[in-house]
Amino acid sequence: MTEHQQAAVAGGRRSAWREIVADFSRDVRTYPFGWSKAMMWIFILSDLFVFGGFLAAYAGARMAATQPWPDRGHVFSLTIGGAEVPLLLIAIMTFILISSSGTVALSVAASHERNRSKTAALLGLTLVLGACFLGMQAYEWTHLIHEGFLPSSNPAGASQFGATFFMITGFHGTHVVIGLIFLARVLLRVLRGYYDRIGTWEQVEVAGLYWHFVDLVWVFIFAFIYLI
Amino acid sequence: MATPAAAAHAAHEHHEPQSFWRKYVFSLDHKVIGIQYTVTALAVGAIGLVLSWLMRLQLGFPGAVGAVNPTNYYQFMTYHGLIMVVYLQTAILLGGFGNYLIPLMIGARDMAYPTLNMLSYWTYLLSVILLLAGYFVPGGPSGGSWVLYPPQSITAGTPGSGLGITLLLASIAVFVVSATMGGLNYITTVLQMRTRGMTLMRMPLTVWGVFISAVVALLSFPPLFVAGVMLLFDHLLGTSFFIPTVNVLGTVLPHEGGSPLLFQHLFWFFGHPEVYVVILPAMGIISDVMATHARKPIFGYKAMIVSMAAIGVISFIVWAHHMFASGMNPFFGYIFAATTLVVAIPSAMKTYNWLLTLWKGSIRFTTPMLFTIGFVSTFVIGGLTGLFLGNVAVDLPLHDTYFVVGHFHLVMGVSAILAMFAGIYHWFPKVTGRMMNETLGKIHFFVTFLGAYLVFFPMFLMGFQGIPRRYFSFDLVAFAPSGLDAVNAMVTVAALAVGAAQLVFVANIVWSAVRGREADANPWQANTLEWQTPQIRPGHGNWGPKLPEVYRWPYDYSVPGAARDFIPQNEPEVAVVSPAAGPEPEGAGR
Repeated sequence: MTEHQQAAVAGGRRSAWREIVADFSRDVRTYPFGWSKAMMWIFILSDLFVFGGFLAAYAGARMAATQPWPDRGHVFSLTIGGAEVPLLLIAIMTFILISSSGTVALSVAASHERNRSKTAALLGLTLVLGACFLGMQAYEWTHLIHEGFLPSSNPAGASQFGATFFMITGFHGTHVVIGLIFLARVLLRVLRGYYDRIGTWEQVEVAGLYWHFVDLVWVFIFAFIYLI
Repeated sequence: MATPAAAAHAAHEHHEPQSFWRKYVFSLDHKVIGIQYTVTALAVGAIGLVLSWLMRLQLGFPGAVGAVNPTNYYQFMTYHGLIMVVYLQTAILLGGFGNYLIPLMIGARDMAYPTLNMLSYWTYLLSVILLLAGYFVPGGPSGGSWVLYPPQSITAGTPGSGLGITLLLASIAVFVVSATMGGLNYITTVLQMRTRGMTLMRMPLTVWGVFISAVVALLSFPPLFVAGVMLLFDHLLGTSFFIPTVNVLGTVLPHEGGSPLLFQHLFWFFGHPEVYVVILPAMGIISDVMATHARKPIFGYKAMIVSMAAIGVISFIVWAHHMFASGMNPFFGYIFAATTLVVAIPSAMKTYNWLLTLWKGSIRFTTPMLFTIGFVSTFVIGGLTGLFLGNVAVDLPLHDTYFVVGHFHLVMGVSAILAMFAGIYHWFPKVTGRMMNETLGKIHFFVTFLGAYLVFFPMFLMGFQGIPRRYFSFDLVAFAPSGLDAVNAMVTVAALAVGAAQLVFVANIVWSAVRGREADANPWQANTLEWQTPQIRPGHGNWGPKLPEVYRWPYDYSVPGAARDFIPQNEPEVAVVSPAAGPEPEGAGR
């Protein structure tokens, strides 16, 4: 027990608030886990402000636009058997990405049990789902570009629509790519038994945190760009 | 328990790098990286200084230097501003002092993630190279002013509106990446790597300042990144985020419906916290240097931390006070004026605490202490004039005048630079094992300090006269008073003198590093951990086989009854002859 903690106990009549402060300011480590997990949380906080900035800029650009904003139900529709189904592709993409959050969560749970094969299988499934998402996004981009949507122009109204769409989904897609590389590296290390050797499986959880963040951000992008 | 951190440390101790390249160039050691940051930032800062001389020569003696024309005047202004604010001050105070001091002051062997730390420096160097490359491309560097307001920063007619602005925006984006990597390390290291006994409430205020500043940087640089990327898209891809329909000399640009105000909001959401990113580590350095050289505990340690944290929080809700004259909804002005004036409260708390630290101290007027006292002075004058500008009604007539130039140069430019000098003079013996020359240091201080007032104080008066800032020449300003030329000439002479004093500083650094008097292990008799390392110049891993253990806060100076007037943080038992009557000093026994 450190001197500080002893003082906290001896103090007796300290308020709960003081106890909390003493707890967080205790020596050696503020959070009871390794530095890499703490660093990932802090990075996520910072990255949140990047996406927050992009979405705020989206709102600003949309409010300032002088041309009408296009009807997203029509722009993001798939024609199946002659019938136009609005937002079908993006609904599937979103479903896949959210599901991949579930698989990564299960793999983190398996990593807590140090179950190598189960962790690896679930990480592999996450990778497949993430790659599916990226493939569909590539299809969506090509589809839109063929219809004349570009960052600088938009056949159906304000040019800011194309600009914000490609910028924000592109930036999110880059995050997905980085996440896939990260997950693939963790997967290889799980398979090679690296985490058993160094004695901690925390990296699986760190990669999982990043992946959850990328999925969570997508929910907001989906809501703001496709729905509202 | 084998945590990754422990594993990394074990790996560290066993693999001390041997080759020259791994040891001094691509080093993972936080001390080497800190020095790399410092030297690079000072070198870039020297360029920024020379640019300011060229501008001052034109203003003081118009036409005397034929090479300065309106085009390159605006390029000088752009580069001077960006270099000084971002590439010098942010880099040296976070990257330089932060890297060198955090692990030493909290008793860690290195940063949490040394590889990321090294990448942070090399990314910073890349951003500097991209910035300076602007001078070597067709069209020259951007002249869009350091705030980069569109549309003018990217429309033809502004200097460097081609490749120049592209390189500048790329450089800023790369710098944000570098600062993010650095900031992640500083925050994580402070939170997770402290030595036994080093609670957060026993950390030196320098570490607190860098810590809070890194948090502010991590949350305020993203909007700059976003704004830079969007401006780059407007420039390269033809998007219209920030460009409305513009008619340039009869040609309608292919843009429509963008919002220039949106850029200003994003930019200042970064731009204002950036001021505090620079000043918070400076405040921390000042607090530590002052307590050490005044031989007194810092007055109000907790109040210092709370006020720094309060400044960090408030800095995020004041940004639009830079935009009172921009044409935004005047109601915003009302709200942002209120939040802006609130910043005065924690700032004043800090100032009172510094003054009360000096009160009845056994002040040693060493060079670092002189710079520290100078900081308090310029910070007060610069801060008080900020209150003028925080009020909408006063800001509107003053906004485009030299008053603003005087204000932010004193509060942010000069103050942070004085803190940087205080830090360099104070920690130079730690880095090199030699003392800096005191005589040259005092010459440096007095010329810099008095010169800075001669340069910037007249600008307040010029501002009250309505002299517009950003102008290349005042020939056509009909209302310029007759004495303006003489004042401008005087300011220029003072600026050149301050510049010459920096040559004294450089000479002092070079001479002292080679020939300076050899320093003791603890030349200032300071309490903080970095002076308690086994070697005077700490080696790889900083602490030898055993990490230090901390038993007290860092400000046990002049404890009544103690054998010496300082008790280092890692000293467990002190024979204190307790004085019969006499209040226990604050912090003793903590």
